[in-house]
Amino acid sequence: MSLSHRDSVQLDEHGRLRHFLTIEGLKRDALVEILDAAESFATVGAQTVKKVPLLRGKTIVNLFFEASTRTRTTFELAAKRLSADVLNINVSTSATSKGESLLDMLHNLEAMHCDMFVVRHNQSGAAHFIARHVAPHISVINAGDGRHAHPTQAMLDMFTIRRHKGDFGALRVAIVGDIMHSRVARSQIHALTTLGVPEVRVVAPRTLIPAQVEGLGVHVYHDLREGLRDVDVIIMLRLQRERMQGALLPSEHEYFEVYGLTPETLAHAKADAIVMHPGPINRGVEIASSVADGPQSVILEQVTNGIAVRMAVMSLVLGRPPEAEEPRTGGGHG
Amino acid sequence: MNPALPAVDTLVDAMARDLKALFASRQVTEPAMIGIHTGGVWVAERLHARLGLEEPLGELDITFYRDDFTRIGMHPQVKPSKLPLQVDDRHIVLVDDVLHTGRTIRAALNEIFDYGRPAAVFLAVLVERSGRELPIEAAVAGAHIDLAPDQHVKLVGPDELRLIVQDAS
Repeated sequence: MSLSHRDSVQLDEHGRLRHFLTIEGLKRDALVEILDAAESFATVGAQTVKKVPLLRGKTIVNLFFEASTRTRTTFELAAKRLSADVLNINVSTSATSKGESLLDMLHNLEAMHCDMFVVRHNQSGAAHFIARHVAPHISVINAGDGRHAHPTQAMLDMFTIRRHKGDFGALRVAIVGDIMHSRVARSQIHALTTLGVPEVRVVAPRTLIPAQVEGLGVHVYHDLREGLRDVDVIIMLRLQRERMQGALLPSEHEYFEVYGLTPETLAHAKADAIVMHPGPINRGVEIASSVADGPQSVILEQVTNGIAVRMAVMSLVLGRPPEAEEPRTGGGHG
Repeated sequence: MNPALPAVDTLVDAMARDLKALFASRQVTEPAMIGIHTGGVWVAERLHARLGLEEPLGELDITFYRDDFTRIGMHPQVKPSKLPLQVDDRHIVLVDDVLHTGRTIRAALNEIFDYGRPAAVFLAVLVERSGRELPIEAAVAGAHIDLAPDQHVKLVGPDELRLIVQDAS
């Protein structure tokens, strides 16, 4: 389902990002705008002073209802490199356990003059729900909700792909692993197809592929070697151990035998294919250490790029000029 | 009122001459040069060549340091700043095309200080016009022109540089 401006929570009436909740329904130009902005921010981390004053005076709240140290850390670093003040709230151990309702908590944070909520939640649609209920001056960024979406992760993946491969229009990309339960995979598929990647493949056992996934414009493979043949980009997904206990898979060992990325299976891809993983990796479960640490791996670059991409998204969302005011050109600034 | 605008080449020649005199009087032997995107870089490239500086030219994009971000929003097409030179204890020539309100220079100074602490910063501009909003002045200016508040002077380039005056509409 694609969203028009009118029924999209995340766009204003001019089609500009007001929140960043999902890739679905965004146009190619909006994604390219994020990638271009991220390119500019990528140099900040290399400066002596790793900061720019763009969001000085803004307060950003990391509202994490589900633990994720790495994602929270990159959002926190991104906000701090933009000179914003950051509050980290781990909700599972905080207010809601005292019986305070979610909406009461949001209204209290609004009363403290916060400007942005970065939300991680294990329920699909949580970020949309919060975006619908916050005060008009507050922006919401989805840092992963249930099985639904993880749009900043998808954009940092796109940024990494663009830096290595340039044009999206001639690429073959394989996403390998637990497609069924992965919000990352869903967002990646939307981003890749929107940016014009002609062939997106998903590779997984039948129990880990959602029904009618072909409707998203992807090709389904159950054989890893076939699925990797001549691809330019391999995106491995994390296999969560609880899926084993759900009897979806026989064993970690057997999964690695059939779907693990090893030097041997990697050889079916193009010689210059890059290997990606949203992390944290399970060595010896979905990927061999020699591949994860090998010359084709860009996994640590993804982590670095995640900061620049999140800086870009925060700036674009918070940098909306007020509706009544016309944007000025650079010429009159002097 | 459209004042006759001088040729850019003539102005750059005058700037190069004045900078040499400035370096001599201040005993600056190894100046570093930084241009401000976009017009300032065009002028700086020409000055850099005329002065025969060996160290690469630095480039600044002050977008992330502007004071009107919340009013004008984010411009995604920011050209990354490139400072391939050491800033600490250096005599820096900061080059821009037009000095008007002074706010661009304020932002550029803030950015330079995020890279290090220079010994001195000299501002060199192609054109200095009326309308300062901050206490900032050029050490070297190719030309001084008076314009009405609703007029703007712009540098057009990059291959052939030309100054034009526009009425704000």
